[in-house]
Amino acid sequence: MNGTSGDILVDVRGLCFSRGERVIFDGVDLQIRRGQVSAIMGPSGTGKTTLLRLIGGQLRPDAGTVHVEGRDVHAMSHRELYALRRRMGMLFQSGALFTHQSVFENVAFPLREHADLPEPVLRDLVLMKLEAVGLRGARDMMPGELSGGMARRVALARAVVLDPMMILYDEPFAGQDPISMGTLVSLIRLMNDTLSLSSVIVSHDVVETSQIADEVFVLSEGRVVESGSPAELAQSESAWVQQFFNALPDGPVPFHYPAPSLGDDLLGPRP
Amino acid sequence: MMGLFAGLGRRTIDSFGRLGRGTMFLLRALAGMPGLLLRPGLVMQQLYAIGVLSLLIIMVSGTFVGMVLALQGYNTLVTFGAEQSLGVLVALSLLRELGPVVTALLFGGRAGSALTAEIGLMKTTEQLSSMEMMAVDPMRRIIAPRLLAGFLAMPLLAAIFSFLGIMGAHVVSTAALGVDDGAFWSQMQAAVDFREDVMNGVIKSLVFGFVASWIAVYEGYDAVPTSEGVSRATTRTVVHTSLAVLGLDFVLTAVMFG
Repeated sequence: MNGTSGDILVDVRGLCFSRGERVIFDGVDLQIRRGQVSAIMGPSGTGKTTLLRLIGGQLRPDAGTVHVEGRDVHAMSHRELYALRRRMGMLFQSGALFTHQSVFENVAFPLREHADLPEPVLRDLVLMKLEAVGLRGARDMMPGELSGGMARRVALARAVVLDPMMILYDEPFAGQDPISMGTLVSLIRLMNDTLSLSSVIVSHDVVETSQIADEVFVLSEGRVVESGSPAELAQSESAWVQQFFNALPDGPVPFHYPAPSLGDDLLGPRP
Repeated sequence: MMGLFAGLGRRTIDSFGRLGRGTMFLLRALAGMPGLLLRPGLVMQQLYAIGVLSLLIIMVSGTFVGMVLALQGYNTLVTFGAEQSLGVLVALSLLRELGPVVTALLFGGRAGSALTAEIGLMKTTEQLSSMEMMAVDPMRRIIAPRLLAGFLAMPLLAAIFSFLGIMGAHVVSTAALGVDDGAFWSQMQAAVDFREDVMNGVIKSLVFGFVASWIAVYEGYDAVPTSEGVSRATTRTVVHTSLAVLGLDFVLTAVMFG
């Protein structure tokens, strides 16, 4: 899947990032193409959400670069970064809706902040976005009254209300019932294609992500260990990819967290 | 022994680190203030949440503090035959000290803790992060209006506290203790100086309002994003606000009246 440099929307090169002593990324390279649904996959704790925050400029890398539309995100001024973020949407794992505002006001929030629109126009725009996620009838509900799946759909409507060029999805399928999951899977693909977006999904839900992703990057031990279409990865001979895609409990990623031997722990000196 | 020194050193360095981060945070919040001129509604909302919703506790406390002050003051003054000066004692105590200080302590417990918990929970539930990703700066949208509202609300609350304290004292003095109504007001009018007493009290309130609001919003913003972290931050707000207000009160009193 080689594309021209014009096709590349996000270009991550040699990215290194640590939290204290713990190395999260040790030279990550990946390219996200325009118009595609790209997935970053890996087990919990591999830094998938951290990677989204690095792309969005909320965290700074120790080394390496993140270019979006050819511009280094971490070399931008505060003003430039915020101008870029107006063209990026992000769906947080929790939805991150404002709990003191109704569904309508949550979706209207970016418009009220960035666009000086007459109230009737704003209302129509918000209702159209809510209609797209099937929640126009829930406009007056408060976030506390929504189910997890509904909250994520409202967050999705809010993420697309400024018509961004790209949406970052942080674990969109985690903790969803099958119906909500199916709805989100189809919405993400539909939004990407009808609104001409580029989508980046971080997830560990193999089946759902494989249904809609054009390209998958698999993270392990701070690096991208494999990338390709879901079909290509399903055929991969890598033991790591096989373990992840087939949900095997043991393999290159051990079942046990590193620890002294059980005998030493049970029979050794007591603290 | 070495462990003790190491722990002490670590705590000292941590404290200075927090102070430095808090100062940088304050500068960023102050930089967001000019934008509020274009959106006064944001400050109004916070004035309601911080000021209006604190009115009940301030009014009740002020009235009772004034009434107790009258009872205690009368017992002392009557032994010198100076009970007609009760109005002066109550007014000076409230305007110079009790009004600003007790209001600030109540503010820290009621509005300050609420601010910290609100901002801390916004951080825990990623609302602040989502705001950043929507290209909305939380320092301008969330922190600056709350900081300004706290600064503006405190002198108003302290004025209401002192006013109701004086009225409470007046009721107790004239109705229960037999102090002459005319003497109560005329002696107060003669002894209380607007600049020396009233304005110095207002200055104290402004300083306390600024410091208490700064502590509350910073603790919320700096909270560890867990339920325990928010709980600790809320506790720290009340403790730090109380200590800062009492310490600053001594310094300001020494400068103003020393």
